[in-house]
Amino acid sequence: MELLRFATAGSVDDGKSTLIGRLLYDSKAIFEDQLEAVERTSRARGDEYTDLALLTDGLRAEREQGITIDVAYRYFATPKRKFIIADTPGHIQYTRNMVTGASTADLALILIDARKGVLEQSRRHSFLSSLLGIPHLVLCVNKMDLVDYDEAVFESIKAEFRDFAMKLDVHDLTFVPMSALHGDNVVHRSPNMPWYEGASLLHHLEEVHIASDRNLIDARFPVQYVIRPQNQTGPYHDYRGYAGTMAGGVLKPGDEVVVLPSGFESTIRSIDTYDGPVDEAFAPMSVTITLSDDIDVSRGDMISRPHNRPHSSQDIDATVCWMTELSSLRPNARYVLKHTTRTVKAVVRALQYRLDVNTLHRDEDASELRLNEIGRVTLRTQLPLFFDEYRRNRDTGSFVLVDEANNNTVAAGMILSPAQ
Amino acid sequence: MPYELSHLRALEAESIHIIREVAAEFERPVLLFSGGKDSVVMLRLAEKAFWPARLPFAVMHVDTGHNFPEVMAFRDARVAELGARLVVASVQKSIDEGRVVEESGPRASRNRLQTVTLLDAITEHGFDAVFGGARRDEEKARAKERVFSFRDEFGQWDPKNQRPELWSLYNGRHRKGEHIRVFPISNWTELDIWQYIADEGMAIPDLYYAHHREVFRRDGMLLAVTEFVTVMDGEEPFDALVRFRTVGDASCTGAVESSAATVDDVITEIAATRITERGATRADDRISEAGMEDRKREGYF
Ligand SMILES: Nc1nc2c(ncn2[C@@H]2O[C@H](COP(=O)(O)OP(=O)(O)O)[C@@H](O)[C@H]2O)c(=O)[nH]1
Repeated sequence: MELLRFATAGSVDDGKSTLIGRLLYDSKAIFEDQLEAVERTSRARGDEYTDLALLTDGLRAEREQGITIDVAYRYFATPKRKFIIADTPGHIQYTRNMVTGASTADLALILIDARKGVLEQSRRHSFLSSLLGIPHLVLCVNKMDLVDYDEAVFESIKAEFRDFAMKLDVHDLTFVPMSALHGDNVVHRSPNMPWYEGASLLHHLEEVHIASDRNLIDARFPVQYVIRPQNQTGPYHDYRGYAGTMAGGVLKPGDEVVVLPSGFESTIRSIDTYDGPVDEAFAPMSVTITLSDDIDVSRGDMISRPHNRPHSSQDIDATVCWMTELSSLRPNARYVLKHTTRTVKAVVRALQYRLDVNTLHRDEDASELRLNEIGRVTLRTQLPLFFDEYRRNRDTGSFVLVDEANNNTVAAGMILSPAQ
Repeated sequence: MPYELSHLRALEAESIHIIREVAAEFERPVLLFSGGKDSVVMLRLAEKAFWPARLPFAVMHVDTGHNFPEVMAFRDARVAELGARLVVASVQKSIDEGRVVEESGPRASRNRLQTVTLLDAITEHGFDAVFGGARRDEEKARAKERVFSFRDEFGQWDPKNQRPELWSLYNGRHRKGEHIRVFPISNWTELDIWQYIADEGMAIPDLYYAHHREVFRRDGMLLAVTEFVTVMDGEEPFDALVRFRTVGDASCTGAVESSAATVDDVITEIAATRITERGATRADDRISEAGMEDRKREGYF
């Protein structure tokens, strides 16, 4: 059984919580005691029906305000797949949360209210999904019951959205007309929309092909931790292994490798796990690599193939999303940058432009990035980073910035290229 | 399919990654180990993360003193097998020292008192990272908690002020006196845990499997008759075939009637079950809908 991670986005009241509630309910991930709690709350509030949306409202503050304000994770499984939902709210001020939830997603669900059509917010959600490199996008045209299940409404939304999506980097776009409230096309194909020939949403989630989304070409192994048993005797007393998580490509025993930054070359002697050695390692396996030569390797180093190395540079161009209201990003500001297993100091050399996430307009006169703003920057790091373009590899192309003054994570970054 | 990991192996890899990050970036991590199934799985993942070396951190049990003896035996055997260092933080000691006041009455529980004992132990030993076996599917407040969850100098969690957590980049930076709670099995569900126990052929305490026990009914739950609870008038103890879905303080952990005697039976039962493990078996969690959130803010697990 495979794991599929997806993110959800929609404007307030498009029906996102109802849809998630229904997926959980229909896949039996909701338990009776949870349902009873929700029924009680619904009754107390005077709702006419049990509000499945309440199932996903996590914290008290949110329950009181009746809105979802942060990223929450939900789980359900069908016999075919296990799903992790990053449930992110769609309000204008919460780009930060959507970016967070989207960072690990294989797929994004974007909700649209059939009566309202494609809104500015739908465009923003789609843009963010493509920016974060989510390979699959599903546009859920919800509340079809309120437009008499009319095919023409669906087709016109589809056409308008397709037009817009051409400007984005979206590889796989699917449209599903549905009613989350009544369950049309959520789990089963709906008799109310015989004109729709596609799969139900759940069927699509179960079948969408994600195995080839991973980068299996560029072998990348950021060294996370050096394993050296302290035993004086025994078979492992001089064992020295480099533990980490594969971040791309495939490595096998016998492969020639290069370790960065030293540039020393060696061959892989073994790829070990607690459960025994393996013949090959690929993302996202966590393994321990031993080398044939006794060379100095430590956390933050990168193991790759001699003829397929990541970029190595102290100057990078990146798209960043600013995530705090306590400060703004400005040229010359200094941060701590976390990238793979490296932590280095970084300074903002230049803010090239701020991007309007609704119109995609570039404002080159911008002097700062504030909460939820996205822009392109040039950074200089104290030590070289070993990276790939984010489009090519999400693990070796991403970083976060941390403000040393308060230790907060203040920005998410996606590397475009080494700076010119 | 080539180059595909099953969902369990993908979850395992993610957890191992998290555990190694902590070992690399913190000075004094500690792993909470109660002998309950989630912490048993977490400990196994830690063992895997550093093999063939030993665990580079200690294991801590917050001991309410209201224990099931078979769980204590299991705890000690497992710790010995790993050659790990065990720290026991005792709620009884917190009571004796006047740090907390024992609840009274037949429904008294030491569950809530654990928070103080835990925070005191963290301060005393200078732990800067504390691994917990909580899962996001357990409860709504947990669903929003980060994998690296920041605690201020009072050990408190501020749900409205959490650090963004992206990709697999975890920010564990903190000042002296603050610490990070780390939840390596955040993304596992109860069923994943059981499937993993089956896959790995792991031992867990016997009381997770069906056995005969003297119980009584209270608030719709079955509580074991032990020296730690007072059976009230009208509560008739009887023998039943039961198992536990969670294992905590013996005074407030309920059993469920079950004939599931093997791990496969348990998986079948859970796949069909319609009540959450906390709802079924934790008297203390049923206090209010916001109960867990309040407790977590104070510094609870
Ligand atoms: N008629 C109809 N109403 C819906 C549908 N989906 C959601 N709703 C209603 O729209 C409102 C907002 O839904 P909710 O799920 O809370 O929206 P969210 O803000 O996107 O999470 C609620 O009153 C829902 O009952 C649908 O498919 N049809």
